[in-house]
Amino acid sequence: MKPIEAINDFVVKFANVNGSGSASANELFARSILRMGVPVSPRNIFPSNIQGLPTWYEVRVNERGYQGRRGGVDLMVAMNPQTWDKDVKEIEAGGYLFYDNSKALPKSKFRDDVNLIGMPLTEICNATYNDPRQRQLFKNIIYVGALSALLDIDAGEIERLFSEQYKGKEALLQSNIKALRLGREYATEHFSCPIGIRVQRANAVGNRIFVDGNSAAGLGALYGGATVCAWYPITPSSSLAEAFSRHCQKYRVDPATGKQRYAIIQAEDELASIGMAIGAGWNGARAFTATSGPGISLMQEFIGLAYFAEIPVVLIDVQRGGPSTGMPTRTQQSDLLSCAYASHGDTKHVMLFPEDPTECFELTAQALDLADRLQTPVFVMTDLDIGMNTRLCDPFQWDDTRAYDRGKVMSYDELEAGKEFGRYLDVDGDGIPYRTLPGTHPERGAYFTRGTSKDRYARYSETGPDYIDNMQRLARKFETAKSLVPKPLLTPAAKPARFGAIYYGSTSPAMQEALDVLSERGIHVNALRVRGFPFPDEIADFVATHPWVFVIEQNRDAQLKTLLVNEARVNPARLIPILHYDGTPITARFIVDQISQHAGARTVVPIRKAVS
Amino acid sequence: MTYLAKPKLHHPTLAKNQIGYTRRDYEGAISTLCAGCGHDSISAAIVQACWELDIEPHRVAKLSGIGCSSKTPTYFLGNSHGFNSVHGRMPSVVTGANLANRELIYLGVSGDGDSASIGIGQFAHCMRRGVNMLYIVENNGVYGLTKGQFSATADKGSKSKRGVTNTDEPVDMIGLALMLGATFVARSFSGDKKQLVPLIRAAIEHRGAAFIDVISPCVAFNNHPGSTKSYEFVRQHNEAVNRLDFIEGRSEITADYAPGEIVEVTQHDGSVLRLRKLAPDYDPTNRVKVMNYLQERAAEGEVVTGLLYIKPDSADLHQYLNTVDTPLNQLAERDLCPGSVMLERINAALR
Repeated sequence: MKPIEAINDFVVKFANVNGSGSASANELFARSILRMGVPVSPRNIFPSNIQGLPTWYEVRVNERGYQGRRGGVDLMVAMNPQTWDKDVKEIEAGGYLFYDNSKALPKSKFRDDVNLIGMPLTEICNATYNDPRQRQLFKNIIYVGALSALLDIDAGEIERLFSEQYKGKEALLQSNIKALRLGREYATEHFSCPIGIRVQRANAVGNRIFVDGNSAAGLGALYGGATVCAWYPITPSSSLAEAFSRHCQKYRVDPATGKQRYAIIQAEDELASIGMAIGAGWNGARAFTATSGPGISLMQEFIGLAYFAEIPVVLIDVQRGGPSTGMPTRTQQSDLLSCAYASHGDTKHVMLFPEDPTECFELTAQALDLADRLQTPVFVMTDLDIGMNTRLCDPFQWDDTRAYDRGKVMSYDELEAGKEFGRYLDVDGDGIPYRTLPGTHPERGAYFTRGTSKDRYARYSETGPDYIDNMQRLARKFETAKSLVPKPLLTPAAKPARFGAIYYGSTSPAMQEALDVLSERGIHVNALRVRGFPFPDEIADFVATHPWVFVIEQNRDAQLKTLLVNEARVNPARLIPILHYDGTPITARFIVDQISQHAGARTVVPIRKAVS
Repeated sequence: MTYLAKPKLHHPTLAKNQIGYTRRDYEGAISTLCAGCGHDSISAAIVQACWELDIEPHRVAKLSGIGCSSKTPTYFLGNSHGFNSVHGRMPSVVTGANLANRELIYLGVSGDGDSASIGIGQFAHCMRRGVNMLYIVENNGVYGLTKGQFSATADKGSKSKRGVTNTDEPVDMIGLALMLGATFVARSFSGDKKQLVPLIRAAIEHRGAAFIDVISPCVAFNNHPGSTKSYEFVRQHNEAVNRLDFIEGRSEITADYAPGEIVEVTQHDGSVLRLRKLAPDYDPTNRVKVMNYLQERAAEGEVVTGLLYIKPDSADLHQYLNTVDTPLNQLAERDLCPGSVMLERINAALR
């Protein structure tokens, strides 16, 4: 058995028990590699639980910058006896198993084709610390120290991270450094360091930032001018509202008075959350809610009201595994249809699909503009994989000349000057009417907002022509949205390609890697990343120019494909769904396998070439 | 229907308030409720209270849920923005609206179906949070718009017009509001304008969550014996009004009584409203005593009306959140966006 040899291209997985303090130690490990200029993409794989259940932290180290989940494990840091068998099984042949050998394990518990690195972590901790909590917490730091020696990570980088984290807390800083060195010295003394997989200083990180999508979306809401946030705790979206709250406390407090330029309400449920956001949007504040699939289900009635009464509101859906309670801590892209057509009656909603934290920031800010411009709910469709994992991505950017697009709001002066106001009157032919905010003018511009049908002047009406007039205008408005949502982005193949691929959201990093691998294998695919719904015309054009188009998604029912057929009116015969929906993030390996199979079946090899 | 315009002609002798408006300027479209409906009297009381308070009509935002009561915002304050939201969810919409602009007056109108059944959760949390608003429940113990089903405030043992006995305990909205921290709690009767108008005025001027439970007889579906909303259990007779799907034109109900009395108000159709005026030594600022008193009187079958509880040093949600004085909907980029230099610092901290 040949041990795996790899520099700056491997996967380390930590198997831990949740609540044991491992999360911060593992993140420290990932950050130290990043500080050496080597890209990492960590992923939390965690249960819907607070303490005592298995949790994993998987770190892909890849100098080329591939950040999708790779699949397979080169080094397993097995700290959880509960999952030992499964964890050991997952290691690639020739891989490494780092474990606590304080207690001897029978030979049957190991594999012949895996390299063993046993370290008496518990023994060392018990000998060094008296306090049980310290024994537990520093065990994590000790293994990070040992790994730094085994993988040739610069310990100086870790110590620098400590000093940034524990600025002004000298005692904590010293005790962490002590634990780190304890582990490192033990490893240097007892193992042949480094092992076959190792980190080498590189310059592949650049000016990129390391952040999770929920924090980024919260920051996007801050920059985008959201002043009202109403939310209800639900995994995996809770950290988004909490991030917004944190950002606001830092950047939105009036320095003179100490008062807040924002209002955040943790509501009693998702119904109240969306109700508050709609109330605020109606009254002219930029408002949003953050939730996940079950919350979207609860909000349906209100979403229909906001659609029909034409009230700006932003919903950030951090998608998780459905249906029902589903897989609360696993990722999926399975809310597309329930968001696109949310609520009863004929409804259609605008959706944006960020691929990473950078786009969570950008598209959340843009969603607030779009909601005001279009006077309708706008969904930001992120997911657990983007939202709750720290990702290396482009730095956030903001143009200081950018003004918020507050849409068509009629002012006091316009009303006073006698400008005609019909709340649902299509003045400009784009389906978007003017609105007034409550309290604008003593005699003009007041109207009654309702979920019932009405005429152009907001007067209650159940007559057919009024109803149809209004519904057709709403359809026209949706057509306008097409030109306002972000355009799809094309990654052309290096050579002329007969295959196309459409993907979106968190599939992006795995897709970029898959395209490279496929190209190396001679399978050329033009790839289009969808970023907004309603679909801009480019998408239908793209499908029309390819005999076969793969639609890669993380759900069972090919929801984007359904929308493409329904809304972009593309020929369904051309679309080949590639579906990954076990709750783990999609991998390049999976995409490559699937596309290779389909491509093989659809590639006609000329006879001459076949016989030669 | 709202398309029925009222004549705009005002009688030249109509009294004007301090800011030059007549009562007509606070009216809305013609009511489409049944003639004699208690709700119309409440609308009139709102008009009167706003006129008396010299409120500019457009500075009020009127919001409601779904049901007969929730239709009424169309019938008053025609120059105010209105929002007829979804069933039982007016409280959350008001909460959001109020957060967006703290300078307007928020008037939430709801019914016993809207607030005691489907919306009881939102009602509760709105009171808890101390949203600065007047929350009126037009309480008739029955679902009018769907033709006579029991509401959650109907009394146990009371009979519907169809003869079905209600076996559920009634929801006590007043008791709930008190328990949940409303800082202004009142009960009134739609026919007693003299009592109701001052209560509405006081509630509008109150800072925090003000709740008024207004007993508002449903002339169409709940005017039969056994219900505190019809009071025929007091008179123990009058079957005549329990006619299905037949609504007679009736004049509005009015009542007039002195403090400290239990008054039986005979309605135009013969049903009786038994009201207890508050005793002169009643202390509406002692929440525990108020709650005890109300329970005792309720056990005696009496309906206590008036200003039941008020917290003089009340606060509201904006104070709790410590929001800026400028309405949030008037803040601009410079107030809200930290800009690119700060963003670069944020980026640097994420490397």
